[in-house]
Amino acid sequence: MAKLDQSNSRWQRFLDNDIVYSFFTTPGAVIAASITFIAITAAFAAPLIAPYNPFDPAQISLWDGKLPPAWSDGGSSAYLLGTDNQGRDMLSTILYGGRISILVGIAAVFLGMLLGVTLGVISGYFGGFTDTVIMRIADVQLTIPGILVAILINGIGRAALPLELREEFAIYVVIVAIGLTDWPQFARVARGATLVEAEKEYVQAAKLIGLPKITIILRHILPNTLRPVLVIATIGLALAIIAEATLSFLGQGIPPTTPSLGTLIRVGNEFLFSGLWWITLFPAIALIILVFSVNLLGDWMRDALNPKLR
Amino acid sequence: MAPLLLEGSMFYFILNRLAQSLLVMAVVSAISFSLFNFVGDPVNNMVGQDATREQRIEIRQQLGLDDPILVQYQRFMLNVAQGDFGLSYRIKQPVSQLILERLPATLELVFASAVIAVLTGIVLGVYTGIRRYSWVSKIIMSVSLIGVSLPTFIIGIGLIYLFAVHLRWLPSSGRAGVIELGGWKTSLLTIDGWRSIILPAVTLSLFQLTMILRLVRAEMLEVMRSDYIKFARARGLANRAIHFGHALRNTLVPVITIIGLNIGGLIAYSVITETVFQWPGTGLMFIQAVDFVDVPIMAAYLIFVALLFVVINLIVDILYFVVDPRIRRGGS
Repeated sequence: MAKLDQSNSRWQRFLDNDIVYSFFTTPGAVIAASITFIAITAAFAAPLIAPYNPFDPAQISLWDGKLPPAWSDGGSSAYLLGTDNQGRDMLSTILYGGRISILVGIAAVFLGMLLGVTLGVISGYFGGFTDTVIMRIADVQLTIPGILVAILINGIGRAALPLELREEFAIYVVIVAIGLTDWPQFARVARGATLVEAEKEYVQAAKLIGLPKITIILRHILPNTLRPVLVIATIGLALAIIAEATLSFLGQGIPPTTPSLGTLIRVGNEFLFSGLWWITLFPAIALIILVFSVNLLGDWMRDALNPKLR
Repeated sequence: MAPLLLEGSMFYFILNRLAQSLLVMAVVSAISFSLFNFVGDPVNNMVGQDATREQRIEIRQQLGLDDPILVQYQRFMLNVAQGDFGLSYRIKQPVSQLILERLPATLELVFASAVIAVLTGIVLGVYTGIRRYSWVSKIIMSVSLIGVSLPTFIIGIGLIYLFAVHLRWLPSSGRAGVIELGGWKTSLLTIDGWRSIILPAVTLSLFQLTMILRLVRAEMLEVMRSDYIKFARARGLANRAIHFGHALRNTLVPVITIIGLNIGGLIAYSVITETVFQWPGTGLMFIQAVDFVDVPIMAAYLIFVALLFVVINLIVDILYFVVDPRIRRGGS
């Protein structure tokens, strides 16, 4: 047996993994992952691949403002997707904006995950009164729609900041607001996985040989909660990106000086009535594609990582 | 007779939930109260920057800001219990009055959306459930999938562009044709009012509509397979009698539950819809209050929303208890 295993290359074993197999045999997953990968790469490489730097005043000319996309009448081949009211190249602002949207989304999900998994594992491992309190709070929060919770927390955070610091710290307020909205999902999943693991023999054995609780939790329980947490995190990323875009669209999120996709849609919305449709439409399409592909990826993960559904 | 306070009795269950609701309200009101103390300077908000030191001290005493924090909290709670949230910093009017002025707009919007979502959702759900394989059903299902995954504000912008900017059929924003009817300002009695509520109501309803559609469809598919439908067919009943008299009626219990639960969702998303369409309701008021750090309005809205959800959940919980005997044995 051992010899057989060694004859397989690492790559072959990687391909034989059931999750990898499921990935390559699900066209939707491959497409979604590719688009997500391209979107994230494009956003992070924005300074390298964007035709212009939309935040460099030297590269912006008001004379080039409100130009339609290159293929329509009056468009310029220098600006593929046209320009906004200030003469910024739409393609470049979308790449830079997408970067902020993705960064805020990832940071918010990470915060929610950190908080939720910590509380969930504690809740599941220790049980009793701690468990009751933590899970009741999660339950109560889950009865209120997430976006409303995010709007309320974000509103309180914004109001608490002095006016002159509002723009500067807006991005952190948004991250915290969405992170605090996300945590109950993570807590529930982590608690469930912890309850299952804590019953298993190897954990009982670890307890018997007198390992400290913190070691058991970190080394044995935590790694086994990661599969379901990863699924929640992926679906949560799509939701976080939507939440950020919504807050920014409401004028409660990322300021126009460093716009995210939601801010771009908000700014463009003001020019919709004058027929400048491209300033809103292209960031909106970018947002929709991004959210759709992350969502599809999350759906596939949920099916692939959950053996019960197979 | 069962002892009233025994675990598992209805009385115990309701008491438990009631205590929990009170706890939630206490926490939310404590947050609202702390907003007054930690957000901005209330004295500055009352007298402006130019007041002298003596004036400030006098106002601090008048407002009772030098009292112990618990005394202040108690006073705040007593006022709130009487519906008194103080004066808006920006508009200088009682907050409770401002909310009452704005409430009809939000409630009418939520009501119109609920009607659209329920009627359209049930009709389309029944249709796609009965004619499962027709291409019309497939189109409805695909469109509904798109509708549920697009952010609300993008749907709103799309509808504004199509119907207000491009076709010029409907107004793009605001609430027109408002008339007063016994203290209630309504826009549902004029043509202008109807025209202005269509777009926001449709936008707000889409998500719930999709949920109801899918639920009704799934329930219809389930019921149509059951024996009593086969017997009904064997008895030679007309299709219409079977579909509506037998099948639909039995799908309605879960549908009604979901509708009840989702009223809260409509109110949550009304904040976004109201901002997109500049609909003068309570949600838009909250967003504007945040921009101007109008703490009394923010605090009142927070308590208002919490109260709403606590009441909705309490009613749903009690209804579940009445409907589903399994809950009575404890555990969820």
